Amino acid sequence: MATDRTWIVPVAVLLALAALPAVLTPYSQDLVLKIAVYAIFALSLQLLVGMTGLVSLGHAAFLGIGAYVAVLATGDGGPASLLWLLPAALAAAATYALFVGVLSLRTRGVYFIMVTLAFAQMAYFVFHDTKVGGGSDGIFLYAKPVLALAGTTLVDLDDKRQLYYAVVAALASTYALLALIGRSRFGHALAGIRINEQRMRAAGFATYPYKLAAFVIAGALAGLAGLLLAVKDGAVNPELLSWHESGAVLLMVILGGIGSLRGAVIGAVAFTLLKELCQSEALLGPLAGHWQLTLGLAIIAFVAWLPKGLIGLGAPGKTRAAQRDG
Amino acid sequence: MDLATFLVQCLNAVQYGLLLFLVASGLTLIFGIMGVINLAHGSFYMLGAYLAFSLAPLFGQQFLLMLAAGVLLSALFGFVLEWVFFSYLYQREHLQQVLMTYALILVFEEMRSLLVGNEVHGVTAPSWLSGSFALGALMSYPWYRVFASVACIAVAAALYFVVNRTRLGMMIRAGASNRDMVRSLGIDIRMLYRVVFAGGVALAALAGMIAAPLSSVYPGMGASVLIICFVVVVIGGIGSITGALLASLLVGFVDTFGKVFFAEFSGIGVYLLMAIVLVWRPEGLMRRGY
Repeated sequence: MATDRTWIVPVAVLLALAALPAVLTPYSQDLVLKIAVYAIFALSLQLLVGMTGLVSLGHAAFLGIGAYVAVLATGDGGPASLLWLLPAALAAAATYALFVGVLSLRTRGVYFIMVTLAFAQMAYFVFHDTKVGGGSDGIFLYAKPVLALAGTTLVDLDDKRQLYYAVVAALASTYALLALIGRSRFGHALAGIRINEQRMRAAGFATYPYKLAAFVIAGALAGLAGLLLAVKDGAVNPELLSWHESGAVLLMVILGGIGSLRGAVIGAVAFTLLKELCQSEALLGPLAGHWQLTLGLAIIAFVAWLPKGLIGLGAPGKTRAAQRDG
Repeated sequence: MDLATFLVQCLNAVQYGLLLFLVASGLTLIFGIMGVINLAHGSFYMLGAYLAFSLAPLFGQQFLLMLAAGVLLSALFGFVLEWVFFSYLYQREHLQQVLMTYALILVFEEMRSLLVGNEVHGVTAPSWLSGSFALGALMSYPWYRVFASVACIAVAAALYFVVNRTRLGMMIRAGASNRDMVRSLGIDIRMLYRVVFAGGVALAALAGMIAAPLSSVYPGMGASVLIICFVVVVIGGIGSITGALLASLLVGFVDTFGKVFFAEFSGIGVYLLMAIVLVWRPEGLMRRGY
């Protein structure tokens, strides 16, 4: 049996990410930061789509709720402590995920897609129509959170460099957590549900609680991405919860490759860069003004010719099972 | 709330519900028969509204003629679109259908922006449908809204007739309950799919054309309708036209009266309705029945 070397590439990427700020311009550091946050978001959805076989089209709701809670809980009273802000954002996203999960998991297939989309839209309307979060304009985050212990400030996310490392650390932790879940008994049960839920039930698994647990964990992790996004941008608005975001993150997962953690990360990189490319006037000239057209056609082409995602390109020799688990 | 206000709100609810039904019935038929989840269905509603905007100057007072022309054009568009795009989606997973139709929305929105621009437009109702009649001492109700409701009821009745009383309808019902059996009986399923898809597009576009004088014609108008129609389909049950009708009216009433009683939180009313239906009947009110 070959030794397990799957950790080498992620660790190498992590080291490269840690070294990057030394060579990056502020613009590209911001771009890398954005990609890293979206990678966390895409990873959280991979737990549902790739590992459990649940296609959710409402994942942006949890991103948005995490972001809004981070801003609303901070308020005007100076920087909040990460010690309670982080749990609060995760808990809020997880709570809404519990509500949506309990109801939507009663359905399957096409229904599940539509129901998750509809519940995300409900959350969107709460922030868009009411005064809770400043209506359609959104709100600013006036003071970025800090982590202070016994009077000394350990982490101050107002500092660009520290925020960068915090996001990289969050990405690494999310990746590691999902990798652990994938290898655990729980993860194997999820894989069983993805491949044949009927058989899992016949084997004595109550599949509903497993799916619900996966849904809530995915929601909480999306909330983490939301918190980081709010801190990075310094503002939130209802568009974070819009179904365009939900569709975009689903695209990241399929662009990279369904079922593999690194696929989700690659997808986040590819989609963000593709969007930047389509909007870049330097490269596409007047076409950049019509980036939705080029982006849309590019997506159709990708899905049509690369149903396995970008990760399917790099591993022609691997078997399908190895690709799924990689 | 006095009786006249209540009546006006009821009429509004029915009219909104019936418009939703036109869009949702096409969506539910396409789901039920082809098994395709089409996020771009809302774009056909938008197409209809913009067709009304561009055709109105050509037809002047001939409003009905304009509707007919719009229906023909959009059905033709749907026929071709099924041919060159959607027929390739049937064999793919739902996930891929979602993404490809999501991309299609981006393409449609950009085409709309290129062809007619990003401004908000208004379409005026023809003069023979303008004006309103009195309801009680203080309230009045516009004739155009009555026309919209009547037109939708006529289309719904025609749809009922086609599905339940014609040979085409028999094939549609058979296709919804067992696709493979229909194919093995020698029915040209590809042509059936194309016709159903064109019909669904035409219904959504007709709804858009009828709605154009009521609301303005604006970019992104398809998306909100699409998601409400998903709610309708979930409540009604996939593939069921009767369910779609029931659910549309229910959603129409909840939305209209939600706006009256809870102005700020009215947006979430229909989703709460969906939540209740999911608890009570996760398969929808009428699953696969006609």
